[in-house]
This record gives sequence, structure tokens and C-alpha cells, in this order.
Amino acid sequence: MSEVFTTAVLVAVGASAIRLAVPLLLAALGETFGQRSGVLNLGVDGIMLLGAFTGYYAVLKTDNVWLGLLAGALVGLVLGLASAVIAVTLKAEQGISGIGVFLFGLGMSDLLFQKLVGTPIPIDTFPQVDIPLLSDIPYVGEIFFQHSLVIYLAFLSIPVATFVINRTTFGMKIRAVGEYPDAADTLGVSVAGVRYATEIIGGTLAGIAGAVLAITLGIFQQNLTNGAGFIAIALVYFGAWRPTGVMLGALLFGFVNALVLELKTLDIIPRDFTNIAAMAPAIITILALVFVARRFRAPSALTKPFTRGK
Amino acid sequence: MAAFALIAAACSSDDSAEGFRIAIVAPSASNDLAFTQSMVDAANTIEGAEVSVTDGTFVVEDAAVAIRDYASDGFDLVIAHGSQYGGSLEEIAPDFPEVSFAWGTSANTYGLPNVFSYEAASDQGGTVMGKMAAALSQTANVGVVGPIETGDAALYVDGFEAGVLSQDPSATVNINYIDSFSDVALASEAAQSLIGAGADVLSGTAQMTVGAVGVAKQEGVLWFGTQSNQTSLAPEIVVASQVYHWEHMLEDMIDKVQDGTLGGELYKITFANDGLVIEYNEDFDLPDDVKDIAEDAIQTFKDQG
Amino acid sequence: MSINLSHQQRRILAYSIPVLAVFAALIFGAVMLLLLGANPIEGYGEMFVGAFGSGDALIATILKATPLLFVGTGIVIAFRANVINIGAEGQMVLGGLFATIAALYLPEMPPIIMVPLILMAGLLGGALWGWIPGALKAYYRVNEILSTIMLNIVAVQLMNYLLRGPLIDPAEKAGTGIPQTERLMESADLPIIFGDRFHIGPVLAILGAIATYYLLWRTPLGYRLRAVGLSEHAARYAGIPVRRTIALALTLSGAFAGLAGAVLVFGSESHRMVTDGSTMGFTGSAGFNGIVAALLGGLHPIWTIPASFLFGGLIVGGQALQRAVQVPSALIVALNGLVVVFVVAADRYRVKLLSVDGRDQEIADDGKTPEGEDESALGSVYDAAPSGTDSYGQDEFYEDST
Repeated sequence: MSEVFTTAVLVAVGASAIRLAVPLLLAALGETFGQRSGVLNLGVDGIMLLGAFTGYYAVLKTDNVWLGLLAGALVGLVLGLASAVIAVTLKAEQGISGIGVFLFGLGMSDLLFQKLVGTPIPIDTFPQVDIPLLSDIPYVGEIFFQHSLVIYLAFLSIPVATFVINRTTFGMKIRAVGEYPDAADTLGVSVAGVRYATEIIGGTLAGIAGAVLAITLGIFQQNLTNGAGFIAIALVYFGAWRPTGVMLGALLFGFVNALVLELKTLDIIPRDFTNIAAMAPAIITILALVFVARRFRAPSALTKPFTRGK
Repeated sequence: MAAFALIAAACSSDDSAEGFRIAIVAPSASNDLAFTQSMVDAANTIEGAEVSVTDGTFVVEDAAVAIRDYASDGFDLVIAHGSQYGGSLEEIAPDFPEVSFAWGTSANTYGLPNVFSYEAASDQGGTVMGKMAAALSQTANVGVVGPIETGDAALYVDGFEAGVLSQDPSATVNINYIDSFSDVALASEAAQSLIGAGADVLSGTAQMTVGAVGVAKQEGVLWFGTQSNQTSLAPEIVVASQVYHWEHMLEDMIDKVQDGTLGGELYKITFANDGLVIEYNEDFDLPDDVKDIAEDAIQTFKDQG
Repeated sequence: MSINLSHQQRRILAYSIPVLAVFAALIFGAVMLLLLGANPIEGYGEMFVGAFGSGDALIATILKATPLLFVGTGIVIAFRANVINIGAEGQMVLGGLFATIAALYLPEMPPIIMVPLILMAGLLGGALWGWIPGALKAYYRVNEILSTIMLNIVAVQLMNYLLRGPLIDPAEKAGTGIPQTERLMESADLPIIFGDRFHIGPVLAILGAIATYYLLWRTPLGYRLRAVGLSEHAARYAGIPVRRTIALALTLSGAFAGLAGAVLVFGSESHRMVTDGSTMGFTGSAGFNGIVAALLGGLHPIWTIPASFLFGGLIVGGQALQRAVQVPSALIVALNGLVVVFVVAADRYRVKLLSVDGRDQEIADDGKTPEGEDESALGSVYDAAPSGTDSYGQDEFYEDST
């Protein structure tokens, strides 16, 4: 068994884990902002899909991967805004309106792809950028420092997000609005304004996540995300509404998936049991939560639309 | 291409397909560059036929409603293009004795007089391309990305593995079924994993393999495709694809239906009846000796009939 | 707005809000149809006919609505206890599996015994899959949104494994290996009550909805569920075992979804359980759409019945539309989503119309009578519970643990 778990294999699994984790991480980070301010957006997967298609299409037409990212971000922004209108101004039932956005994104992205593109055409993907010096570190270098620029930026966004939430006024407002909207309102914080902002952030990040996925894979396909948006939502809970926790969750999920893949390639998992193995990421995520002492609780106002005077 | 013309000439009989109404119910998108697209493309080549498609119907009960509806709408031939639809078809077909149904991939007509069944001998193309893969591989290590180990997918993969080993018994064939027909990201990581294990030639089946092809392109690893011509995905590294040409089969079915036979036949597209064709990537520099290996294998299959 | 409408007029306007919302969504859809080169008038005409325009269409709509109603009823129970259950997809799968296993391994018995048995099995399967997240939440503080999403994934892989392996049709093993069971025993077929395909499933679903109404408003358990849903603090001070009640809410919700799964298998055309590798392939997204149906019904079990029927009609009609004007199925999915969004977004106006000025608080405090005033259920779920209490927080109800 030990010749199987060579460092080469572990390194490959590690790198693969990071690649699988990034779209989850970005989408979950966006959702974290929203949920921290009290809004649950179940439509993340739909936004990711539309972001993925738009990003793909932009790259297809302009051959510029960064324009693709921008396109995905813009689409995500618009959808985030729409989500905000639905959840904050129209005070819709957040669990369900999200499902509607998901279905809309799923169908629309597929429809646009069929009508505007037809038979799949591959696109350019992000160039790999080896970080000088660091990427030469044996093993660690290959796992962490030989990815595309986008992946580095995605991980950099975690400490940035943590900083924003914990150390800026805006972050304080987000937390206040999520915990004590009445009190925040009395103090002059615009609850709706903050929630609009976080939903827009969430949508933009989800759109970027989708675009990253499509451009990294170099292609688009119906239901490209395959439920990644929902996993991202679950990861927000797993990460206790903190960017670092969310990142760890995404990495855990990516790691288990990558490991299972590797074990299948090496034939350690017999073909009859691949389905059981495919359950592993989900089960491990639940178990991880069970065994880790939880002292974190959800933002008190999560899913509750705010009305002054109530 | 010459073979196509010959057969096409042979197929054109006095009855044209003018006004013949074909309906296709399929589980994935019409542009999936795989299973569904192969049938939709084929139907659209039939001159004069009116083709209606309901794609993306992975819910079996919804497919049953669609099949039933097309049948009662007076379509001449209703194609249930998904193995999972069989159970429903068994119930529906008897209710519409004047309508012809075709079900694939399968080899079972339930003994019903108005049901055709069809399948692809995808293992044949798998074997041919497996031989090519073994001949082209410099590391003697070949990888395969599969969806769920079932039906047409399993048939192809088994054939491919057999082909590789028949050409080079000492070669390593690593097979990775990712347990999903749609997880493109996972397929791409599976390809990475196979390449990491030493593969310099890859193949795979089902629509999510577009992810694997992308990785192959990035890593400069060769790719063999199936179900549809996948050259356009990566002209630099796609060597060849086994393409399902259902059109001859469809033309035969149409002829039979027009002559009054609504079913009872088991179709299998093979090299011998030109239902299966290896379409080479013209831009790929395939050494002559490798091509010879392939052509010999194809000829063997053709001779078997 | 100070137009004085009578109570009657308000209620009529309120009930028509969802309908108007659907129309708004359909207008968007019409634009998309035009862009795709299809005729919206013709298309929507086909849609209506396909859903309601003939005996066959009505039957198709009712059969489509049946799992929606089962799931929706379960969702109502969960929602009344302030729990969102997004695990219905997985619970349906487990229900289908348990029922299928029962039919495969039990000896042949007459339908009068067999049918209730397989339905019970389905109920148990779904209940189990609802109990797990419920218990995880109650005793291990695992958030139910996370656990239900994860369990949906586990359920689909379990289904794939079983249907490809132990449960596969022996005939398939030698053949093309389609992941499906053999044709399940006939005595387990749901009895047909009309025509070729109209089985007792819809009747059972309606009975289930009615029973749930009684459960929620006429039994102590129902009272506890609703109390916990309104205010956990108050419920705890009243001595209600909050954690156990929440777990029970999820279990019951799962049970209904499990029933939906069993009915799907044994009422299906093929009388087999078959998978294409995804949950939605089996459930037809009823696990999600059922949530929408529950909402359309104002979280009232009885109103969920017409809501499911209409929503089922929308889905069936949409598919007929696709066939008639030959647009990609993807458009129908997008349209489905638009309708959901519009209806949900417009709900606020519906609630507002039904509660007049200061009457909100009164209705909220009333704990909701079973009569029409219930429509403000959503409003009061939000308003009555003081901020600081919630069921999404893991620790809120552990602070003063019982």
C-alpha cells in the first residue's frame, strides 16, 4: 500500500484538490457575505451557471480569458441585484425564490448555449503561472504554487474577506444587520442597503466562480456545475459563516473527491464499489461537522426579511 | 466517405421519406457531442422527413408522457433514445399498434410487433482504437474516463481495454468511472489523475468527457473519442473518433415501416454495415503503420459481418 | 394606499396574486418564445390544452401533481416547525428504494396486503432519511441545510449502487446492464381506479393532506410543531421538547417524501425502479417543486392541493408546449424557474392584502386559526418570532438546554 501513497500521488491529489475547490470556494465566499447579513440565497448554482456560460461565450468571442471573467462577474452582479430585490425589497420566502433562480439559470444557460453556440467549441483556458521560488519547493511547490493566476487570487480573497468582515465598518454593519437588524436600524444603518450590497457581492462571486469553472475546463455544457452551487451553500454552514472555515470546507470536499478519483485510477477501489466511494465527500463533510465541537451559530436574522417596527 | 456514398446509393429506394414523421425522445442535450447528438444528427440527414425532438428528458416518467404523446399525435416512428425508457415503452407500445417505436440502446423488443431495438457495437470501435492507442503510446500506459459502468459506456470501455491489451499485452490500462454522466470538472480531474499515473493516451465515453479532452489538450496527451466526432474539441491531439452513423439504420427502419413492418427487428450498428465509422482527424499526423493496424482490425470486423 | 376594499374583495385580489404572477412570468416566456422563432399564442394554447384540455391531459397533470402534493404536505409540516427541508429529493429516493426492496424480497401476497406494505416501506425509507438530519440537528448541532444537501448526494449514489448491483434486473445483467430492477410484482401495482393509468396515488395524496391538516390543528403534536415554529423560546418555556419536536418535523416531512417516491415507482408506466444516475432523473425535481407547491398553497395543507394541481399543470403543459413548437426543453426549465420566482416574489403583496394594518399582529399572536386567516402564515413566521430566535442557528436552543 505504501508504494501507492507515494509522494507523487499525494502531490497530484493535493493539486487536484485545490483545482476542484476553487469554484466551490468562490461561490461559498459570496454566499457567506449574504448569509452573514441575514439573506439565504439558494439560487447560487443558477447564477454560477449563467456566469459560466457568459464567461465561456465571452472568451469564445474575444479569446481573452480575463474578459471572460469580467463577463461572468457582471452577469453575477446583475443576478445578485435581482436576488436582492426579490429577497430584500419584495421580502420573498428566501428558500424558495432561490430555487426559482436556480431553475432559471439552469435552463437559460443551457438554452443560450444551444442557440448561440450549438456544438461545443473549446476555448482558451487560464495560463499557468508558477510563482517564482516558491514553486520550486519540492512537493509543496507543486501542490500550491503551480496554478493559474485565478486560483491564487481566489485564495487571496479569503484573508481579504476575513478582513472586510471583521475589521471594516462595512463588515461591522454586515454582522450587525445579520444579528440584530432592529438595533442596527435604530442606529441608522440601512438594513436593506447592506443586504443589497452583500447580495450583489454574493452574486458577483458566484458569477466569477462559474466563469472560472468554465474557462478552467475550457468548455461549457448543460448543467456544467453539476450541483456545485448547492454544495457551496452547504459549505457556508460547514465553515460557520467565516471565510476561513468556508475555505477549509471547500478544500476538504475537493480533497476527498480528488482522493477518491486517484484511488479509482489506481484500481484500489474496486469498480463495483465506486458508487459507495462517491458518497465519501458528502458523508465525511457531515461527520466532520459532527465531531468538531460547534460553538458557532448562524446569524440570528438569517432568512428573515426586515420590516421596521416589527 | 466513399463507403458512405455506396451505401447511400444502395439505400435510396423508390420510397422517399417525404412526409415521414420521426420523433426522438432523448435524455441529454441535442448538442452534447455524444449519445443524443449522434441520433439527432442522423435523423436530420433523412431527406424529407419531419423530425421532432424532445431532449434533456432524463426523467423517465416525463419521457413516457412524451413518447405517448408523440404516438397519439400520429408520428410514424417514435424513437425512445435511452436505455432507461424501456420499461415504459413496454407498456406504451401495445396501446399504439399503428405506430412504430424504436428503442436503444438495447437488444430487446419485448416480443412486440411494433418495436425495433437498436444498439451500437461500440466495443468494435473501442477495440480498433485501443489497438491504435497501444501502438501510439510511448509509455505503454493508457487511461480511460467513463461515466457510470453501464450499457453502451461499459461496452465501449471493455472493447477499448481489450484492444489495447491485444496490441500490447504488457501495457497498463487504467479505467476511471467517475459515476456521473454530467460532472465535467470531475472528468477533467480524472484525466489528470490518469495522466499522473503515466498515461500518454486517453479515451472516454459520454458527454462529460469534454472535460477530459480539455486536459488532454493541455497536457499534450492523445485522445480517442466515441459516439460523435470529437476532433473539433482538440484538433491538436484527437487522433480519431468512433462515430455512430445511425442514418442507414434509420433509413432501413423507414423503409420497413412504409412497407408495413412496424418492428420486431434487432438492429446493431457495426463496421460491417457502416453504422460505425472511424473518423480520423485529418490534421493529426498518424503514422501509416498505426493506420494499417486500425484498418486491418476494421476489416476483420467487417469480415465477421 | 387607502383604497377601502371590503374583506371579500381583498381576499379575491389576494388569491389572484399568484395567478397574476404566473401571467407575468409567461409574458417573459412569450418574449423568449418569439426570440426562438416560435409563436407564443400557439405555444401557450398548446400548453393549456396539454395540461387541462382533455381527459388524458388532466390525468397526466394529476399524476404529475401527486408527488408534488406529497412532498408539499411534508414541507408544510416542516415549515410550520420553522425548518426548511431541502432533502426531499433524497428522501423520495430512499422511499422508492425501500418500497422496491420490499416488493423484491417479500413473498407474493394479494394486493390488499401488498400495496399498503410497499407504501409503508416507502414511508419508512423517507422517514429515515428525514430523521437523520433531524437527529443530527437535535443531538449534534449539525445544520439541516447542510445535512440534507449532503444526504441528497448520498442517496443518489446509494440508488446507483443498488440498482446497478444487488437490485438489478437479472435479465439486464446479461444484457446491456441498464440500472433498473425487474418488473416488480403485479400485486404491488397501485390499483387503477379509472382508465388505464389513473391510480390511487392522487387519492392517497389528498387524504394525506387532509390528515395533515388535522394533525397540525387538531392534535397536541400539531400544536407543539406549530408552537416551536412560532417561537422556540416560548415553546421551551411551555415545556415543549423543542429538539425532539424539530427532529420529528423533519422525520414526518421525510415520510411524506418517501411516500411520494414509493408512489412514483409503483404507479409508474414501467413498474420498475430505474435510474439515470441523478436524483432528478427519478424524482423529476419533485423534491424541489414540492417546496414551491407548499408555498403556493400558503403553507396550508388543504390549499396545497389545488396549488400542486396547478403547478403540475404548469409542468405538464410546459412539456406539451415544448413538443408542439419544438423549442429546446431548456426553455421550459427556465420558464419553470421564472414562474417560481415571480410567484414567490409576489407573495408579499398577497400577504399584505390579507392582513389589514394592525391586524397583522393580531393574526400573528392568534397563532393562526385554521380558517382563511392562515394566509398570513408567512408574515407571522417572520414577525412573531423575535429576532434572536431562529432555527438556523445551531446553538440558540441549546443556551438554556432542557
